[in-house]
Amino acid sequence: MSKTLKTAAIVGAVAASFAAHTSTATAQAKEKCFGVSLAGENDCAAGPGTTCAGTSTVDFQGNAWTLVDSGTCTEIELPEMADGSARTGSLEELERDLPQG
Amino acid sequence: MTSQTSFHSGLLAPSAPVPEGLTDGHDHPAGRRYGVYRNNVTVALRQALADGFPAIVGLIGRENFDHLARGFLRQAPPRSPVMSQYGSAFPDFLASVEQLAQLPYLGDVARIDLAMRQSYHAADSTGIDPAVLQALDEPTLLTTRIDLAPSLRVIRSRWPIGAIWHYTLRGADKPSGGPQDVAVLRAEYDPEPVILGPGATEVLAAFQDGKPFGAAIAAGGAAFDLARLLTLLLAQNAITALRPSSSVS
Amino acid sequence: MPDATHAFRHLPACPGVGYKAQHFTDILTDPNPVGWLEVHAENYMGDGGRPIAQLKVLSERFPISVHGVGLSIGGEGRLDPDHLARLKHLCDWLDPASFSEHLAWSTHDSHFLNDLLPLPYTNDTLARVADHIDEVQTTLGRRMLLENPSSYLAFAESTWSETDFLAELVRRTDCGLLLDVNNVFVSATNLDYSPQGYIDAYPLDAVGEIHLGGHDEDEDDHGAPLLIDSHGRAVVDPVWQLLDHTLAQSGPKPLLVEWDTDVPDWPVLAAEARRADAALNRVLA
Repeated sequence: MSKTLKTAAIVGAVAASFAAHTSTATAQAKEKCFGVSLAGENDCAAGPGTTCAGTSTVDFQGNAWTLVDSGTCTEIELPEMADGSARTGSLEELERDLPQG
Repeated sequence: MTSQTSFHSGLLAPSAPVPEGLTDGHDHPAGRRYGVYRNNVTVALRQALADGFPAIVGLIGRENFDHLARGFLRQAPPRSPVMSQYGSAFPDFLASVEQLAQLPYLGDVARIDLAMRQSYHAADSTGIDPAVLQALDEPTLLTTRIDLAPSLRVIRSRWPIGAIWHYTLRGADKPSGGPQDVAVLRAEYDPEPVILGPGATEVLAAFQDGKPFGAAIAAGGAAFDLARLLTLLLAQNAITALRPSSSVS
Repeated sequence: MPDATHAFRHLPACPGVGYKAQHFTDILTDPNPVGWLEVHAENYMGDGGRPIAQLKVLSERFPISVHGVGLSIGGEGRLDPDHLARLKHLCDWLDPASFSEHLAWSTHDSHFLNDLLPLPYTNDTLARVADHIDEVQTTLGRRMLLENPSSYLAFAESTWSETDFLAELVRRTDCGLLLDVNNVFVSATNLDYSPQGYIDAYPLDAVGEIHLGGHDEDEDDHGAPLLIDSHGRAVVDPVWQLLDHTLAQSGPKPLLVEWDTDVPDWPVLAAEARRADAALNRVLA
């Protein structure tokens, strides 16, 4: 390991870290990202009535379901993917057994 | 008599008949009243998965997600009452679903969501004072071992998963390009997914394996940028202790 | 570690609310906040992070009720020793003013179903639930409160009324009761009995806490009303009236407003708590 590499790295790192240390959040700080805080909360509420989510027999397996054209995956093209082909999430909608809860 | 085995058997099996011995309080069979419980179980677990995997919901839309989540929860209901731990097998599940073969990055993006949640609930730790690192002379530094925060997670991928995650949830630029590894770091209470530079994953793994600093950064290869990684780790309070070789041998 | 400086040994006979992380700052900055808070035990079982940090801050200012939703006290199998250990760890460091759980089961064959599932009221289930309550109280080293469920169906095999079943559990285990008057209203409507009659038969002396919450409306196969305990809206007038009926007999009790889905902004929840306060004032008047 060269002295040059070490010195440059540490100097840069220390400067950045001192800057970072000037922001002091505390336990009192408001939640910044409720997405994480709410993920996996337990509660004792019941679901929305007798909707048929629990009785739907449509499943991901077999040919009863295929991906509906939706979400940001339809906008993403990754030409550099492993096999060199372009990929998008765009698929035609096939017959599906609706509704769902 | 209606055993819990009998009551349980239909909850995750939509075609199963309503168990015997259940009524409306008078003489009618329970019928769709049993469906309330069936529905509660499915909706609650599905919502837990949707809350836990927001980038996947964003990528494929809620309708697609709900179908997949229902399939997953029926084959893999939680093993623990702590719902914040539910879904650790969901990334592998996504990677195994045939209909998702055209979205080969989904499983790895789901690993970022999962790592964010695990990091959020991980043990607290305190980052070292950077001056302590700066004060070490070079021979001491090279033989020092680095302890990393328990909230640190690293995800390796063949796909640009960091860019995909930030595009979907934070409105960042549209992803392109090749593989990305992502570290989830938590400076205090808010985990943040950060795209790592070349070799950083290997160096972090070497730190976690207890390799001395010199050997660990050598694992990063030619393109590894030490300053970039150290800056990130110190800014995110991810280095929790320095253990000089004399104190561990 | 238990903090000897705080004196929140009991829940006060005033309104509290179910704590939601989005209300943290509102609660701490409200000049006239509620008297106590209830948290779901399972949300504080991680190793660290903001949830536990927030709970530590709140516990310095408010009496805390720990309300478990995953112990499966009504389960056929033995209590999950890992989960019981997690509860003990939480109760040991937090030293809450109260611990409560549900007359329900949620785990079977090591699957956790994340719902409060019903059990028949028989001699067998009575003995089993009593054993489980004994185990919880022994392990935690404290008396627990047991909550009556919302029921959507009944078991043909039941030989005890719910109120007698609860009274007998109190007699056998010396546990206390958490009376959810919304659950009483929901169950009474769904199974077609009088909610006031239920309260009149209920062992009110054992009540350590009362729950209030909102429910949804649906109907069964025959068009009969089927109420769902959704905790997603304001408490309805008939439930407030049932609370008045209860408090007139029980005297003032700690009252909790639960709102778990479609959680409103703090002022809406605080207004529900003020309405509960008015009910307490009526009984004191």
